Amino acid sequence: MSETFNIEIVNPEKSFLKKENVSEVVVPAFEGELGILKDHISIISFLKPGIIKIFSGAEEERFYIDDGIVEFKDNSLSILTSSIFDIKNLDKNHISNSISEAEKELSSNEIDDQKRFLLNHKVEVLKSLSLN
Amino acid sequence: MASLDELKKRISSVKSTQKITKAMKMVAAAKLRRAQESAEKGRPYSDKMNNIILNLSNNITDIENSPKLLAGTGESKVYLCVVMTSDRGLCGGFNTNIIKKAKSYFQKITSEGKTLKIITVGSKGYDQLKRVYKNNIIEKISFKESKNANYFDADKVGKIIINKFEKKEFDVCTIFYNQFKNVITQIPQEQQIIPLKSSKKVEENSAQDNYEFEPEEDEILNNLLPKNISTQIFKAMLENSASEQGSRMSAMDNATRNAGEMVDRLTIEYNRSRQAAITKELIEIISGAESL
Repeated sequence: MSETFNIEIVNPEKSFLKKENVSEVVVPAFEGELGILKDHISIISFLKPGIIKIFSGAEEERFYIDDGIVEFKDNSLSILTSSIFDIKNLDKNHISNSISEAEKELSSNEIDDQKRFLLNHKVEVLKSLSLN
Repeated sequence: MASLDELKKRISSVKSTQKITKAMKMVAAAKLRRAQESAEKGRPYSDKMNNIILNLSNNITDIENSPKLLAGTGESKVYLCVVMTSDRGLCGGFNTNIIKKAKSYFQKITSEGKTLKIITVGSKGYDQLKRVYKNNIIEKISFKESKNANYFDADKVGKIIINKFEKKEFDVCTIFYNQFKNVITQIPQEQQIIPLKSSKKVEENSAQDNYEFEPEEDEILNNLLPKNISTQIFKAMLENSASEQGSRMSAMDNATRNAGEMVDRLTIEYNRSRQAAITKELIEIISGAESL
């Protein structure tokens, strides 16, 4: 029996990606990176801004997401997200725009600790992306 | 009877109206296809979201401490109604149907002595409601600039609603929109989004889903519920835009057909009176010749 499972990524506009022979997925879950293999226990978790890595065979795909919910059940993984970008197509301008937006939000005083943590994290991830 | 010249003018004016309605029908048909496609593509997201929330709410044990967006404020004094209509007219009964549905709901609420607040999305709804319910409308939103329904706009509406909820400005929130069934049928819908009504599905898939949660259930729910509201609004917007185009298409189709009938009728009348004039002239000539 092969060690692969299904993945579907949906955003509000459409079904973004659907694959059937995925061997491992790493998602930036709220409480740390979460690697999912076949026969993982059913789980629902939140995603923070970060990078989704999808391994299928020798292939590796990377996507950047702002937020999302991940649900794994019966060897099928669904990721709901409102904004997702393929890292290959991500252009530098967009990254720097998002960084400055996040930093602007950070400088306002009305945000709580959780939000501050998320925004800080977002800036970090985006900066590391723009270096590459 | 109208003179020949007048008839001629009327025929050409009806014909040019027909041209316009025909063109509008074609445009609506093209837009409908796109709107329908995006409505169908958007469904998996809202369905999945709904499923996850159902699973979560099944797993919640401490009902009293569950998030207010799910359980409600415990009161039902102030009702907020979000009426979603189009920004453009000439689409048959599309807007009127939503308004009719909403108005009967308003009457029910006010007759029970509850407070009514209205948010209109789309300018046509505001135009129709402002005459009677001007004082109840607390906000009007319209997305005239954006061509297609997009999530960004829906999120804006969702945030406004949640903001008002957190300020305790209302207890129950209902949205009104047209559900797209097919080109000829659109069903006006009322859907309660706050507090979330548990649907029948709960019984079907309870028990067997044992999830691991990370972080805790209520923390997830607290994050998820506001998103769900935006998602529901977005779904309503997609359904609405498909319905609007469908409704416009059939309205314009009817108008084109009516114009065609009118042209036929006027052409017959024109031909008859032309013939009558010729006959009259002939009689005059003949009787003139006879009298010589």
